[in-house]
Amino acid sequence: MKKLMIFELLFLILFGLAQACAPSPGAPSSSPTPAPPVSASLPSTAAPSAASVPTTFLTPAPTESPKEVIKDVILSTTTSTQDSGLLDLLIPVFEKQTGYRVKTIAVGSGQAIAMGQRGEADVLLVHSPAAELQFMTTGAGINRRLVMHNDFIIIGPSSDPAGIKGESSAARALEKIFQAKAVFLSRGDESGTHALEKSLWKNASLDTSSQSWYQQSGQGMGATLNIASEKGAYTISDRATFLSSSRNIGLQILVEGDKSLLNIYHVIQIDPAKFPRVNGAGGKAFADFMVSPEAQDLIGKFGVEKYGQPLFFPDAGKPE
Amino acid sequence: MTDFVLEAHDLLVEKGDKVLLDIAHLGVLRSEVLVVIGPNGAGKSTLLSVLGLLEKPTGGWLAFNGERLDSADLLPYRRRMAVVFQEPLLLDTTVRENVSLGLKLRHFPHDRIEEKVRLWLDKFNISHLAGRSGRTLSGGEAQRTSLARAMVLDPEVLFLDEPFSSLDQPTKESLLSDLKRILLDKRTTVVMVTQDREEARFFGDRVGVLLGGKLRQLDRTDVVFRSPASEDIAGFVGVENLIHGIVRSVEQGLLKIVVGDVVVEAVGSQGPGKKVLLTLRPEDIMLSKPGPSAGTSMRNHFRGIISEISDRGALWRITVDCGFPALAFITRQSGIEMGLSPGTDVVASFKATSVHVIESGG
Amino acid sequence: MDLIWQGMLEAFRLLIKGDREVIGIMLLSLEVSGAATLLSLLLGIPVGAFLALSNFSGRKLILGMVNTGMGMPPVVAGLLVSILLWRSGPLGFFRLLYTPSAMVIAQFSLAFPIVAGFTMAGIGQINPRLRMQIVALGASRWQMLLLLLREARLPLMAAVMAGFGAVISEVGASMMVGGNIKDQTRVLTTATVMETGKGNFSLAIALSIILLALVFAVNLTLTYIQQKRRPA
Repeated sequence: MKKLMIFELLFLILFGLAQACAPSPGAPSSSPTPAPPVSASLPSTAAPSAASVPTTFLTPAPTESPKEVIKDVILSTTTSTQDSGLLDLLIPVFEKQTGYRVKTIAVGSGQAIAMGQRGEADVLLVHSPAAELQFMTTGAGINRRLVMHNDFIIIGPSSDPAGIKGESSAARALEKIFQAKAVFLSRGDESGTHALEKSLWKNASLDTSSQSWYQQSGQGMGATLNIASEKGAYTISDRATFLSSSRNIGLQILVEGDKSLLNIYHVIQIDPAKFPRVNGAGGKAFADFMVSPEAQDLIGKFGVEKYGQPLFFPDAGKPE
Repeated sequence: MTDFVLEAHDLLVEKGDKVLLDIAHLGVLRSEVLVVIGPNGAGKSTLLSVLGLLEKPTGGWLAFNGERLDSADLLPYRRRMAVVFQEPLLLDTTVRENVSLGLKLRHFPHDRIEEKVRLWLDKFNISHLAGRSGRTLSGGEAQRTSLARAMVLDPEVLFLDEPFSSLDQPTKESLLSDLKRILLDKRTTVVMVTQDREEARFFGDRVGVLLGGKLRQLDRTDVVFRSPASEDIAGFVGVENLIHGIVRSVEQGLLKIVVGDVVVEAVGSQGPGKKVLLTLRPEDIMLSKPGPSAGTSMRNHFRGIISEISDRGALWRITVDCGFPALAFITRQSGIEMGLSPGTDVVASFKATSVHVIESGG
Repeated sequence: MDLIWQGMLEAFRLLIKGDREVIGIMLLSLEVSGAATLLSLLLGIPVGAFLALSNFSGRKLILGMVNTGMGMPPVVAGLLVSILLWRSGPLGFFRLLYTPSAMVIAQFSLAFPIVAGFTMAGIGQINPRLRMQIVALGASRWQMLLLLLREARLPLMAAVMAGFGAVISEVGASMMVGGNIKDQTRVLTTATVMETGKGNFSLAIALSIILLALVFAVNLTLTYIQQKRRPA
């Protein structure tokens, strides 16, 4: 009986190794054709990615054995970035060019940065400047570079009970909402969007704690929009997500353009010197790619065909 | 030595500090039916487990056909035996599959299995049940299946652990006679344990009495039942007439034993002053009307009154109070002819040689 | 309610069209959960049988652990496996995190106690005297074990269905150790959560319906096998 168990344990381990050594299952996706208006389709990709290079697996770190290069790059980013669909466009291009395979882990900003803090990711693409600067002081991240920006908008029901439509100042719009005690839905999930929203309230000197009209969904942007639409609530969203879900959402853009509503994206490499298991070369390659003219060009064109306006504005090389 | 198919030497089985079995020697003769009887808790099932190589004894050793068995691989020896338990213990599959089980375990070829299974289903009259599920059988049918499953293996020793105790009387009777016929026919060596004395009488060539883990008597069936070696054996074996007395004198091997107010004469080896227990078979008591006797060789005659008559069809069980209670079996015919009834004056007579004397503990 | 109807239509459309991404997600779900279930059978059945048949000090403790494991929340299992597989973790050098293998490991840790527990119960309820009878008829150790497993085949089938059902429908562990990466570790459950989060409810419902249909098909097959082997 015991011999059998030991044998099976070995089998399990071998199986696990074999599984990981095999090429990843799932054919490279071709774009599913857009569905009839009612349902949303899975995000389309511009070009089919090249066949993924099989992971070599029990390989030593690149510094010890230059011949074996680690192909996997762990990119830690936010759900809103992934949901916008931009990465589905950029990553296959990057993979084809360089032969790296990107593992995109989309979580909240807080978790993304925390992963970087532990060296569990190779490169970050986030948009939470305050938290990023804090992160950079720990020395875990190197080479923080500006990539692009998009903007946030304040949206709400067409009935606009707080009368904020056309307001040019975000702070004043929030003040009106506060006075009117109109229902406002926050993401409340420590994401980049949530961080920005909180800073807006703070800068307007408004305390939303224990206000019954201020509610929190604790979820991603898409779900939050749906809930806000159901409740007829005001909320803050990034333009990209709003545009891609606007068909289903009965909310309108009420306030836009204020400088405080800008959402700025940086790419940060994780220092391989600090974390030996980090794929330093891969992280660098990805970061370099994001600020490369080719990627910047793609960023600038993204969404124009579908929405009539770009969703992101390339900023690489510009002063902060 | 080689007359014994199976032999146990210095068998000791202990559980904690309790001694379950303590037997110096037990041998099973080839082709005999050996029945071990005893009350609940006597150790019968333990004995069967040990002899059947299902349990290892704390001490002692076994020999199979003269070959001493050590605790190495017992599987080949187990495969030369078969066991049937009190519950049929069938698998959740058809009767045919169940009966083939042992043969399949021994890797018999398929066609030979079919042949043998068919034969034995027939012998036990359950061929019509071959495709039925073991779970849907009646008690008797299931036990027949279990027996067929054992016999199909042509075992050198067949062990039966109280196989009939969970069956009702009519089922039991029909199965008992079928089985005895089959066993006689095949001359299988059988070791059976049971609590039932009638089963032992019916089946056994030799009977062993197991009390408190010890083998108190092992002898031919009629000897054990007629002449139990001690009081507790007598009690278990169910001798009908048990009479207490004290030896008054011994003369040329003839004992004169004081029983209450009367003196019984018997043949025995005990000395004067000894407390003894007398056993007497009801068949050996003769009843007659008081009056001059023609002179018989019977040495014991006691006058008494009939206290009870139990009519058992062709046989009457008559209890006579003749200084001690005596149970006699009389044919109905005689009872009527003699006009016997409770209250009748009779004389109970029996031979000194019919009386079996046991030393009594006190 | 028409959302569900739309979802059903969408599910149909995706399947008939053979949408590559959806088919890929389906296949990965089946592969990962199938592998995890298979492994948990290979290890779980012997362990369950061993626990049912043997006696050793500490047995009750192990029994308790197995029973607790049966109710383990998937997200907790996922977290624990993540911690093991992180780069900074003890098994980090295997680089298994965010691969299907990691998902198989996490799902295995969920299915294994279920299979072991069911097996333990199934074999444990067999009359102990039957074990003795089987040995008395000349069975070797292995033959006896196989016969007992056959006797307990109904509860064992239930174990397979319970194990598979548990892992193909869980999302917490798969999300944590897999990362829901497109074309790599995205399965039906994690895709459903993602689409829900994005607000694509029809698609989410479509994926859910596909998942339910898959589970139903598998369980129907297994149930058929289980009931077929029932003696007449």
